[in-house]
Amino acid sequence: MELQTFNTLWLIPLFPLLGAAYAGLLGKRIHRRYGELAVSLPTVIMPWISFAVAVSAVVTLAQAGPEVALYNRLWTWIGVDWMQADMAFLVDRLSAVMILVVTFVGSLIHVYSLGYMKGDPGYWRFFAYLNLFMFSMLVLVLGDNFLLMFVGWEGVGLCSYLLISYYYRERDKAAAGMKAFIVNRVGDFGFTLGVFLLFWGLAAANSPSYNPSIQATTAAPVVKRASAKPDPAKLAEHVAFQASWGLAGAPCRSHQALGRASTLGGHAQGHHVEGHATTSLAFRHVERLLEDPVKREGLLSQNVLGLSLVTLVGLLLFLGATGKSAQIPLYVWLPDAMAGPTPVSALIHAATMVTAGVYMLSRLHFLMALTPVAMTVVATVGALTAFFAATIGLFQYDIKKVLAYSTVSQLGFMFVAVGSGAFWVAIFHLMTHAFFKACLFLGSGSVIMGCHHEQDMRLMGGLRKLMPVTAITYFISSAAIAGFPLFSGFFSKDEILWKAFDTGNVILPGGGFVLWLLAAVAALMTSFYMFRSYYMTFSGEYRGGHAHEAHGHDEAHGAHGHLPRESPKTMTIVLGILAALALAGGYVGLPHLWHLPNLFEHWLAPVFEGSAHTLKWAGYGHGLEWGLMITSILIAFAGFFAARWLYRDHRNPTPQKILDSDRRLVRGVHRWVFNKYYVDELYQKTVIQPTLVLSRALSIFDTGFIDAIVNLVGLIGRLFSMLQGWIDRTFIDGLVNLVGDTVMNAGRALRRVQTGRLQAYVYSLVAGSLLMVVAAWLMAA
Amino acid sequence: MIIGLNHFQVVSALLFGLGLLTIITRRNAVAVLMGVELVLNAGLVNLVAISRYQTGGLDGQIFALFGVVLAAAEAVVALAIVLQLFRARRSVDTIDVTDMRG
Repeated sequence: MELQTFNTLWLIPLFPLLGAAYAGLLGKRIHRRYGELAVSLPTVIMPWISFAVAVSAVVTLAQAGPEVALYNRLWTWIGVDWMQADMAFLVDRLSAVMILVVTFVGSLIHVYSLGYMKGDPGYWRFFAYLNLFMFSMLVLVLGDNFLLMFVGWEGVGLCSYLLISYYYRERDKAAAGMKAFIVNRVGDFGFTLGVFLLFWGLAAANSPSYNPSIQATTAAPVVKRASAKPDPAKLAEHVAFQASWGLAGAPCRSHQALGRASTLGGHAQGHHVEGHATTSLAFRHVERLLEDPVKREGLLSQNVLGLSLVTLVGLLLFLGATGKSAQIPLYVWLPDAMAGPTPVSALIHAATMVTAGVYMLSRLHFLMALTPVAMTVVATVGALTAFFAATIGLFQYDIKKVLAYSTVSQLGFMFVAVGSGAFWVAIFHLMTHAFFKACLFLGSGSVIMGCHHEQDMRLMGGLRKLMPVTAITYFISSAAIAGFPLFSGFFSKDEILWKAFDTGNVILPGGGFVLWLLAAVAALMTSFYMFRSYYMTFSGEYRGGHAHEAHGHDEAHGAHGHLPRESPKTMTIVLGILAALALAGGYVGLPHLWHLPNLFEHWLAPVFEGSAHTLKWAGYGHGLEWGLMITSILIAFAGFFAARWLYRDHRNPTPQKILDSDRRLVRGVHRWVFNKYYVDELYQKTVIQPTLVLSRALSIFDTGFIDAIVNLVGLIGRLFSMLQGWIDRTFIDGLVNLVGDTVMNAGRALRRVQTGRLQAYVYSLVAGSLLMVVAAWLMAA
Repeated sequence: MIIGLNHFQVVSALLFGLGLLTIITRRNAVAVLMGVELVLNAGLVNLVAISRYQTGGLDGQIFALFGVVLAAAEAVVALAIVLQLFRARRSVDTIDVTDMRG
């Protein structure tokens, strides 16, 4: 990879940061004095400026050729001896896609929020958080090393928390924010551990004293190296190799080795300066390091706690991804995250932040490709998540919950692609999903606003006539997510299904077929529940109206009259743009089968070529691929027609019959799935309650035992000081007072001499003089 | 009989003794001041005599003249104090003025 300096990259995250500072620090006052628009307009413009800069960067990148990446180094952020992390931004073809999606969808959602958040008392707060989120997300995707990515990673987590708990006065919404934050923390824990472990492993593999013939099988290669005493000649040789390696990362031990080699052998003197290389945390350095077969072997041969280090790193990083991207087992926060305002759900919990895990694993494709076990886990967990989230989505009545489970499910698809080794497909689906899911969420926001903050689809219906733009865009996006042919979702999802079937990178019985089956069934359910939500919401008769007084907690909207009405222009225009992208966004990645150019794969190929040779494919023929494609089209239509038949005019009795069924099996399954498999309850029982019990026990230990010791120490201290105080008062003060009293008594005695009578003084004067005369006379004699 | 230094010194001593006696015995502040003048003048006589008979020159005489002037100034201040004292207390008896008693 060739770096080309592009000095304005840092402006991309800067503008949203400025917007956040503006709205966050001054917003409240400006809102009060100059009104809402003075707060929101600058913050809405900032992401658009970022988008413009991003476009200019991507155009430059496209013109520069496939092997070039734009690079902008600001300063050395952490430079501790042999470890270095720069404050540096990098745009290669992968992050180019990400910044375009993030800034474009983000900017649209900012515009949409103008209409959606109108009249909200926390207007300035909302826009400050939204801009801060844009900043963090852009740092995440632009960061050139693990640490900078982690800054963005945590930043988006924080903003997600702030925005989910945006209506913090409502207890359950505040709790949802905390849930998201804490569940994400579990994932972040995995992510950081993965980075630490990777760094440690690389340092060991990259060390000059590392000897490939000694298989490091213990849990502590460092200790092992320290105990093994290499002879000086060999060391010097390694040092020379190290120096010839140029940019290489040499950990601290290489210094010691250098010192030892130069004092013992005396050969390495000249290499000392060159050997002062740093272990970089930059992705491209790690990738280049692993291109060296010796180093790669060095990393692969290391074991930690009986597991291959690379696999463990892959699994830990995936744990981080499951947190941020809502996969089993950490998906539970995303449905609850719907407590936030709907634009937030669209931006953070559908289009951008939740895809961070997919982006991160794709960014580390060279690492993931080394470990089939981790790849298998990623693909399996992705497929299971796609499947189970889809089943839950079938029975939800809250329109946003349907979309939330759909998001979890679609993210599962992306992880199937990652685990199958088709990284570009994952990013492709990430992009198309960003378009249609943002559109769906914003459409649901429009519906919710139209229905006076009603989210239950049973109280909607017939909105197509009242909200035509929303209805059309929602239908287009549903078609896209369901995978109707020629809609964007079709291309990406079909490619995922095909790659899952064709993969040779997972070690499952049945191989890719199992993945394909799970994903295909999930796709069928996706199509069904999406059109179910469409028909429940938009067709038939309006079923709300009378109920909204009971539910309507928003007085401002309650006065508007009973029938829902179309949302303002700022919202519908955004819906239109996103629907157009949901329709056409897939044409950049046409399937090979059609003998048309796949621009998207071609665009990303240079990024992923490092892992291309490690990945294996079953190599099924075109006939099968055609078959699978037709299957997935049939699946999409099957789901559509089933939903249409059941829910089109709300007169079909079948759903109600199923709900009223007396058969125990039907009731049991329905209750189980409707209650989301009782996963929340399971976590409550297995994780949360033991944690609470443990913390209560620790609290008792704390107050009963630790505090008792502390109090005892305090008591002893008090006794000692009381004793000392008594000594002080009695002896030390007594001595001081004695001196004082003596002086005072003497003064009292002597004051008698001072009679105030003139003659008395003269007497003493004369007497004194005489005395002196007599004394002088006596002494002379 | 030739009058020499000794005679002057005897006179000076007598003057000093009388002055001291006055200071000690008299209770009237004005009288005490008069005694002080006597003591001062005893000193001045000594100065002039020693200058005349022992050292020569006019140093002693000039000192004496300065002393006279100083004595005059001192008498002025002292009498002013006594006058104020009388105004305040209707008395110039030193027995009555013991405010500086310890």
